Amino acid sequence: MTDVLASKVATPKAVLTGTTADHSEGMSYLESLPRRLVTLYLPLGVILLILLFPFYWMTLTAIKPDEQLLDLDRFNPFWTWTPTFKHIYKLLFETHYPLWLWNTMLVAVASTVLSIIASVLAAYAIVRLRYRGAQWVGGAIFLAYLVPPSILFIPLSTVVFQYGLFDTPFALILTYPTILIPFSTWLLMGYFKTIPFELEECALIDGATRWQILVKIVLPLAIPGLISAFIFCFTLCWNEFIYALTFISSSQHKTVPVAIVNEFVDGDIYRWGSLMAGALVGSLPLVVLYAFFVEHYVSAMTGAVKE
Amino acid sequence: MADAALQRTTLATPAARGVTVWDRLKVNRDWLGFWFMLPAAAILILFLAYPLGLGVWLSFTDARIGRTGAFVGFENYEWLWDDSVFWLSVFNTLLYTGVASVIKFAVGLYLAILLNQSLPFKALLRSIVLIPFIVPTVLSAIAFWWLYDSQFSIISWMLRHVGLIHSNIDFLGDPWNARWSVIFANIWRGVPFVAITLLAGLQTVPPSLYEAATIDGATRWQMFRHITYPLLTPIIAVVMTFSVLFTFTDFQLIWAMTRGGPVNATHLMATLSYQRAIVSGYLGEGAAISTAMIPFLLAAILISWFGLQRRKWQQGEAND
Repeated sequence: MTDVLASKVATPKAVLTGTTADHSEGMSYLESLPRRLVTLYLPLGVILLILLFPFYWMTLTAIKPDEQLLDLDRFNPFWTWTPTFKHIYKLLFETHYPLWLWNTMLVAVASTVLSIIASVLAAYAIVRLRYRGAQWVGGAIFLAYLVPPSILFIPLSTVVFQYGLFDTPFALILTYPTILIPFSTWLLMGYFKTIPFELEECALIDGATRWQILVKIVLPLAIPGLISAFIFCFTLCWNEFIYALTFISSSQHKTVPVAIVNEFVDGDIYRWGSLMAGALVGSLPLVVLYAFFVEHYVSAMTGAVKE
Repeated sequence: MADAALQRTTLATPAARGVTVWDRLKVNRDWLGFWFMLPAAAILILFLAYPLGLGVWLSFTDARIGRTGAFVGFENYEWLWDDSVFWLSVFNTLLYTGVASVIKFAVGLYLAILLNQSLPFKALLRSIVLIPFIVPTVLSAIAFWWLYDSQFSIISWMLRHVGLIHSNIDFLGDPWNARWSVIFANIWRGVPFVAITLLAGLQTVPPSLYEAATIDGATRWQMFRHITYPLLTPIIAVVMTFSVLFTFTDFQLIWAMTRGGPVNATHLMATLSYQRAIVSGYLGEGAAISTAMIPFLLAAILISWFGLQRRKWQQGEAND
């Protein structure tokens, strides 16, 4: 399955820039500009507008003054000439928001690091040590990837309670890897397969142990794969909701997504400003990370599919 | 005495060469493999396999929060069988998954084909398309919640000013409006994933096939139907499996926007199991709802798996 699909997916760089196979370049002279306008630019423009509008609206709401927020008739609703940082200021200095951001960051980094270490070892063992039953374990890990959190959270909540982890960051740090390890193991297996095993044979002849091979040869060559796995896992952690909602009860341990849903929803009709500011500030770290590592995101996504 | 000497030499040989049992173990694949697998296996067994089994067990008990239950057989399932809210949630889940997956696939494929053409700022456009997928679901769900506000919705405002409607639409207050609204939000979030992964597949289709088809006088639809689609089938099977899986088990979008309301009209099986197990405290009943999702998930996985197999057989490749 792996090899069949591997040839069916372009490299992430190509996905973004279209350098390898730019089909239409060769035949685009067959199309006139008006035709391209209707069949290409118009639909693309509409889809992009719909995809981006919620973010525009989120940002605009976050910086609108209160009196313009709800009055759609006296003020132009699509623009504001008097942006205010009141909502964001209130968010950062009058609520626990910085604490929630810190919790989210801590949980995301800790569980990502934990998962990457476990996945590197597991993926290397499956691909290169090829112990007895390695293929079966590889298949089992793929199946684990298909087990969704929504059917696990009820029994997990009793397990977390039994282990005495309830309402601590460790409840999340230890349960998120169940989502991350299958994904990143599968991704790294694909990367490790592309590293020529002749290098490892040379090292074995020179007397290197498996651990030395992994640390000194395989890992340096797999850095792009590690970055992909790392940022994708980080994004998944930041995004996770149902475990954080179930396992955390006290306000000071909550993560951003849960805190926004539970703590901000009061009766105030002007709450939209601070809600949108919360959503905006909560999304920014990921969007910035994404802007720097677009290629790695795409490779993580297509990698997850092609394996 | 000769025997003793022999024994001594056989015993002494390994030591003389410096090969101990420990040295043997250090190069033994199975032994090394065990230690390399240990961290991942420990976490997956403790927090995935064990809870999965425990979940099925819980569904046969009358456990509540703070009380381990006793075995009650199929009582939870019998109770659910007569529960109209449960069947409503099954209906909602199937509607949600069916409609959203089909539209995500159609729009995603269309967007992938559009993005595969020569465009100015191609890399930038493709990066922008993925943003809805990057932003945490709950946070974009809250943005949609605001867009769907009953009084101050900008969508209602725009439609009113164009003259299509006269009073605000109550997006999340009316059962069917609410269903379509959450389905739209799900599609909005899912399209980029489908589009970018299919785009990766599209780029490996050799351009010479399209050139040959153009010379043969094929129309655009014929080119899509007989070149693009068949070559893309394996990728489509995998992408749609994931898409169906994640849509079927969706929780956060619904919980952030409607919490299953109005009058249970948007309860999916996942949100209903949360409602019953965690909010009301009936762990056994919630676990039964979760367990009831498993057959559906297996069906989705098997369908796409056999879709893949068929393609391989058609291409004349051996199974691996």
